[in-house]
Amino acid sequence: MDLTPSPEMLAFRAEVERFLADHAAEYAEGQPKDPRAWQGLLIEHGYAARTIPKEYGGYGAEPDILKSRMIAEAFIAANAPRGMAGQGISMLVPTLLEVGSEEQKKRWIGPTLRGEILWCQGYSEPGSGSDLASLSTKAVEDGDDFLISGQKIWTSTAHLAQMMFCLVRTEPDAAKHEGISYILFPMDTPGIEVRPLKTMTGQAEFNEVFFTDVRVPQSAVVGGRGRGWFVANTTLKHERGMLGDPNATEARLNSLIELMKAEQIGGERIIDNPIFRDRLMQLQGRVFAMKFNGLRLLTSQITGEPALLAALVVKLQGCELNHQIAALAIDALGELGILYHDGPHLRARGSWQRSYMFDLGLIIGGGTAQIQKNIISERGLGLPREPSVAKA
Amino acid sequence: MRFALSEDQKMLQESLARTLADASPLERVRRFANDPEDTAADLWAALSDFGLPGIAVSEDHGGLGLTMLEAALASEALGAAVAPVAFLGVVLAPLALRLGGSAAQQDEWLPKLASGEVTAAVAIGEAVAGARDGAGVTAKGGKLSGKAMFVPGGMTAGLILVADAGGGLHLVRGDAPGLSRSPMPNIDETRRLAELTFEGTPAEPLGNAPELAGRLRDAAWVLIAADTLGACQTMLDKAVAYAKERRQFGRVIGSYQAVKHLCAEMAADLEPARALVWYAAYAFDTAPAEAPLMAAHAKALTSEIGRFIARTSTEVHGGIGITDLLGLHFWFKRVGLNRQLLGGPEKVREIAARLQGLAA
Repeated sequence: MDLTPSPEMLAFRAEVERFLADHAAEYAEGQPKDPRAWQGLLIEHGYAARTIPKEYGGYGAEPDILKSRMIAEAFIAANAPRGMAGQGISMLVPTLLEVGSEEQKKRWIGPTLRGEILWCQGYSEPGSGSDLASLSTKAVEDGDDFLISGQKIWTSTAHLAQMMFCLVRTEPDAAKHEGISYILFPMDTPGIEVRPLKTMTGQAEFNEVFFTDVRVPQSAVVGGRGRGWFVANTTLKHERGMLGDPNATEARLNSLIELMKAEQIGGERIIDNPIFRDRLMQLQGRVFAMKFNGLRLLTSQITGEPALLAALVVKLQGCELNHQIAALAIDALGELGILYHDGPHLRARGSWQRSYMFDLGLIIGGGTAQIQKNIISERGLGLPREPSVAKA
Repeated sequence: MRFALSEDQKMLQESLARTLADASPLERVRRFANDPEDTAADLWAALSDFGLPGIAVSEDHGGLGLTMLEAALASEALGAAVAPVAFLGVVLAPLALRLGGSAAQQDEWLPKLASGEVTAAVAIGEAVAGARDGAGVTAKGGKLSGKAMFVPGGMTAGLILVADAGGGLHLVRGDAPGLSRSPMPNIDETRRLAELTFEGTPAEPLGNAPELAGRLRDAAWVLIAADTLGACQTMLDKAVAYAKERRQFGRVIGSYQAVKHLCAEMAADLEPARALVWYAAYAFDTAPAEAPLMAAHAKALTSEIGRFIARTSTEVHGGIGITDLLGLHFWFKRVGLNRQLLGGPEKVREIAARLQGLAA
């Protein structure tokens, strides 16, 4: 066990810090002044799209987890905006790199990395949530094309995106996992309707997308017809890693500590109330545990040593912890915790209230807590699957 | 950068687990639990052959000279096996002698501690967690008066490390005049606690007292946390094994989500706690500024997940889980003692808040 950074890593970190200082005029309060120019600059220096091959528009470095971490830490410390991280960059690009055709890689990866094309993900359907492989949006052959009909839901950036990567059923007679294809198409194709989906936060963070005979060439399938489930699993793997990031959770806990030090109720600082303070300390212990669990996973990525359970628990515990941090913030604010939307007494622009509601969605989304427990007990502990109910 | 156990550390833990499986199987633990005269001398002899008593003693004085991380791994193995061993003194006495002992004191005690010839107990409970029922020790003119409670291994120790009410620390010989010991029967039958009474008992003061007291507290918290971690791992393993084998309504109970989700929840609590215990142990030797807070959180968090895992594993076992025949209760009670010893989680978290300037 050794957490001291090597001289090489310290030098690398200094290089990143110098870059951020040299370009400090190009960002403020964590936001770039010109997002696409900033993204281009980051790719050029290897601080975004770092390991994507040069021929596809990336920087072309060898994967180095420690350097990635050094970059992340330096950016957080400087409150500098990271590279773009939409679903196209974090999910479609790795999938194309793994299973896309040469033509698909050349056509889509570069513009996606540069922020010229924004993507949305068409996976969940009203009837297919946890049981995603039961999806029923159909793609019927029509000459060289498919005609797609059906409905997707929880499509977060559908109203902004130019493109969708989507799961559709192309082989209705095949077994459920083997009849799905992964397909790419423009959002302005005739027959697509996007309706905002307003949630309990009061905002429409998601959309529903309806398809009526949407014509898409068969050549837009990624990874082969009927292989969509396996292609999608490459992507889902990337999504699980995004949810429950311990560094983000630690940053949130630190904001909560500041809130509890700053706010007073009846002349008493919230932090001086022993009950709230104890709840804070309980959460802090769990936040530290997840942070060091993350270090263990990082080591495991570098050395290849297995840390299966440590990886499987991250989504479940990380999302739960975020929700509990928001819950304590609201409780600690007392009556101020029920204010929302606007007004002179609202704290932090209502972000704690919004998190409390939105994070409940994250406990459900990306594989519900209950699905996570199935995965932990089956893959991590070797317990048997629930036998399927006999068909009537 | 590497946050994982080394091959040597894994080997140490595995070979200690094998030694314990041979020398301290459940039947042996049960005999110890049922016979107050039994001191598990055979187990101590086997552990002395292994080198465990010298784990924290420098090589110059005949020990293994290992770090807190190895000590925590050993403590975890002892907890996993519910071994009837008072381990705190094994690590804390050499630490106290190293930080606060004179060369003469070190030369006298460390070789005997390393060989296992003398066992040490630590009486710091009042200083860490607060005095109960009039306990507390005062020092005057090289003599101690008063009493110390909840001292693990205190009935048989040949050397006792005592904290006084003024923050000082003292060495007391097991055969010192004016020292009397009485047992404190407790829920955990795998560990014996003593109430020690001092009546003008001669004692040798240790130096460096204020810093030393903090270090001893932090070391104890890490070791107790590791013991709970080991006990919880065994309880989870036993629950999973039972859920795979026990059948009801025509299928193994581990195929029911109601049961498998309990197992998942135990694992989801246990894995991150393991990383925290590792870090707290690592920080003890390498990051002194962080060490007290991490030790406190390790102690408090393992106490909380320990309570959940101890009851949940018992529930997964159903009715057989609460029987003496199965013996799962030895782990349940071990975790229970660890929770309260040297401060329950509420107390420890209050200290954690104070360490960060968040409480007065």
